[in-house]
Amino acid sequence: MSNIIKIKRGLDIKLAGAPEKESEDLPLASSYGIKPTDFPGITPKVVSKVDTKVKAGTPLFYDKYNPEVVFTSPVSGKVSAIHRGERRRILEFVIEPDGNNEFETFVKDKPENLDRETIKENILKSGCWPFIRQRPFNITAKPEVVPRDIFITTFDSAPLTADFNFIVKDDFSAFQTGVNALLKLTDGDVYLGIKAGDSSNPFINTANVKKYEFSGPHPAGNAGIQINKIKPVNKGDVVWTLNAADVIIIGRLFETGTFNPLRVIALSGSEVKHPKYFRTLLGTKVSEVLKDRLKDNGKKKRIISGNVLSGVKISEKEYIGFYDTTVTVIPEGDKPEFFGWAKPGFGKFSISRTFFSWLNPDKEFVLDTNIHGGERPFIVTGEMEKVFPMDIYPMQLLKAIIIKDLDLMEELGIYEVAEEDFALCEVINTSKIEIQRIVREGFEFAIKELG
Amino acid sequence: MKGLEKYFEKIKPNFEKGGKYEKWGSVFESFETFLFVPAKTAPVRGAHIRDAMDTKRLMSVVVIALIPSLLFGMWNVGYQHFLSVGQDAGFWQNFSYGFVKVMPLVLVSYIAGLGTEFVFVYLKKKEIEEGFLVSGLLIPLILPVDIPLWMVAVATVLAVIFGKEVFGGTGMNVFNPALLARAFLFFGYAKKMSGDKVWIAGLEKGQNVVDGFSGATPLSQFAGTTKEQLADGGFRIIDGLHDNVISAYDMFMGWIPGSIGETSTLMILIGAAILLYTGVASWKIMLSGFLGASALGLLLNALPDGLNPYFELPFYYHLVSGGLAFGIVFMATDPVTSAQTEKGKWIYGFLIGVLIIIIRVFNPGYPEGTMLAILLMNAFAPLIDHYIIRANVKKRMKRIKVNAA
Repeated sequence: MSNIIKIKRGLDIKLAGAPEKESEDLPLASSYGIKPTDFPGITPKVVSKVDTKVKAGTPLFYDKYNPEVVFTSPVSGKVSAIHRGERRRILEFVIEPDGNNEFETFVKDKPENLDRETIKENILKSGCWPFIRQRPFNITAKPEVVPRDIFITTFDSAPLTADFNFIVKDDFSAFQTGVNALLKLTDGDVYLGIKAGDSSNPFINTANVKKYEFSGPHPAGNAGIQINKIKPVNKGDVVWTLNAADVIIIGRLFETGTFNPLRVIALSGSEVKHPKYFRTLLGTKVSEVLKDRLKDNGKKKRIISGNVLSGVKISEKEYIGFYDTTVTVIPEGDKPEFFGWAKPGFGKFSISRTFFSWLNPDKEFVLDTNIHGGERPFIVTGEMEKVFPMDIYPMQLLKAIIIKDLDLMEELGIYEVAEEDFALCEVINTSKIEIQRIVREGFEFAIKELG
Repeated sequence: MKGLEKYFEKIKPNFEKGGKYEKWGSVFESFETFLFVPAKTAPVRGAHIRDAMDTKRLMSVVVIALIPSLLFGMWNVGYQHFLSVGQDAGFWQNFSYGFVKVMPLVLVSYIAGLGTEFVFVYLKKKEIEEGFLVSGLLIPLILPVDIPLWMVAVATVLAVIFGKEVFGGTGMNVFNPALLARAFLFFGYAKKMSGDKVWIAGLEKGQNVVDGFSGATPLSQFAGTTKEQLADGGFRIIDGLHDNVISAYDMFMGWIPGSIGETSTLMILIGAAILLYTGVASWKIMLSGFLGASALGLLLNALPDGLNPYFELPFYYHLVSGGLAFGIVFMATDPVTSAQTEKGKWIYGFLIGVLIIIIRVFNPGYPEGTMLAILLMNAFAPLIDHYIIRANVKKRMKRIKVNAA
């Protein structure tokens, strides 16, 4: 009964270091962190000060402009530090676990038996709310809005990312419960974007939702592309997006009455000895996942919370991001290369055939973080369109953002996109422009102007 | 290369803020990034891996694609010259004569252009943009061989300043800088840019030239064909010695008079193959350009006989003569000055093809229309894009109305 949508334009970058389908349970970490910086657009107000004892599900902070939206501790213990950056901006809450496994208690019932308000309140109070993000602007959903529809992505098509089919394996009932809860929050439908071509895909069995199968290269798995193909966001529309891994945590809330953010995280990348999955909690200190698991090859490494296309570079001391189910480690590319632009380039990755690596199309690349050139104005045209499968003119939209023309941004479709939808454009851009940063700045500008 | 790297590291502080030669920082940087792809890594947020392609690579691929035309052009300069003086010359004699004639043009163009660019690098405090690497080679290839060097220098400097830098540099310009340089010369020094004498080295001076030798290009011969000649046996395009008929094959191979790099369609197609296979140039513009020219050529062929002898010229003669192929392959596809939307590229290319033929056939003043056609379409490219993008906007707005209804 599901519909198949073929994505034609896009790009799968073959990288070395995909995770093996095996998982290992990690012991309790020495500390966990929640980073307000993971939630663009919110202004954190502290609830639990340093040294406060917290249970899993105890509020740490809330959003100044939407006080119902609280952000809770993933584990029981105490707040050991609140790190601040410039102008006292809060960077992270650090929680030291006490091993007592205490949980705050929330409503425990089948969502079918609950009404919209109760479900909403339960999700808000437990700290599950931030899992829900809205289009336009890809920010934490506003609780007072009833969304037109809700879109759940059940696969991540970016390179080296966690396979949600593997993550959901033991938690399918929690996933279905989460879907049932979300169903009550919209007057429209809940849509599921499923990876096509696999009859054993567990998500095919999800009930009560509209299912669409997607085939083709990345970004086929992005919510933005799926919405654009299923039912595009128009001016005035608000839709919500979630990924399957987060829906599981929401489902678990209703099944157990607790905020229990167990996560299955993929550790991948060319610098990892044995890329595979780990069971841990949300916000784990990344060093506990990396411990003795990186290659000892003397290369300087970059740790990315998230995937190589739109993740965040973090240090060993930092914590895995709120939404991230993948940690990728690749070499840093901080070495100059003599006449690099003039070499044949047998091992270099390029969407163009200007390097001789096209001779070997099946090669798995080990790519570093060098951007391979200096920043220039937009020069090449038509390259972004090759990897941007929406009916939107990407370069023209970016230019509208750069000149801060809100009407033009609106006309060209800014409500439909997220930074991640532009990730491949940034990867292949000949002029080395920081495209995802421009998109984010466009969102910030539009939010400010629209009030 | 470690030594060189260390040397650059050592002298770098002098050029950084507060250093002795701070003002020359951007100039230093331009040289440094030419020698070394910089160590700059991806930002904290954003894409952490990047395509190895950059503008330097992009431009160097175009330069490589131009080399077959350049080398053939050198040979042809020699070949045409020795033909005009009635001497039998071997391959190497032809080539070395052409090499000596063409190299100064290339050098003057690069030195004048890059010199001007560096002045702007110094003034704007911005790293050099690579666009001129291509323009600097295009300029000599679209000029007649006997053009005085100082004219090339003047035109190049003017083109870089008024064609590019006043708009903000590569990526911001409206017109193709190389074509602008040619246009400056064409309108400013018309005598050196048109007629029957300028296309062959030494012909103007006339020393040792064989009696009765004409240096007319096939295009000017097409334009000059009268009804009587046509009735007398069709188009007879002849080489300078009045005995050999120039066939479409000769024009395709390129041993005919013309601007240095434009004569050999074959060499241009080799360049086109490089550009298309590497994905550097738009196949849509190239294809639609040739289609546009063929379409109008065929249309003119289909008109009743007797209107204008030029209408009768088989359409494929248009494709292999003059600068049409060179213009469509190397100049129309300039991503900055062409249409930027994919649909727009079809229209843009097609109209260039059509306009070239219109100017050639209907304008008795200019035998060749490629330069003017491309410059004109450069000006219209933003308009084409505008309508394409408005159509997209309209579609989006309509979606709202459908939903509301």
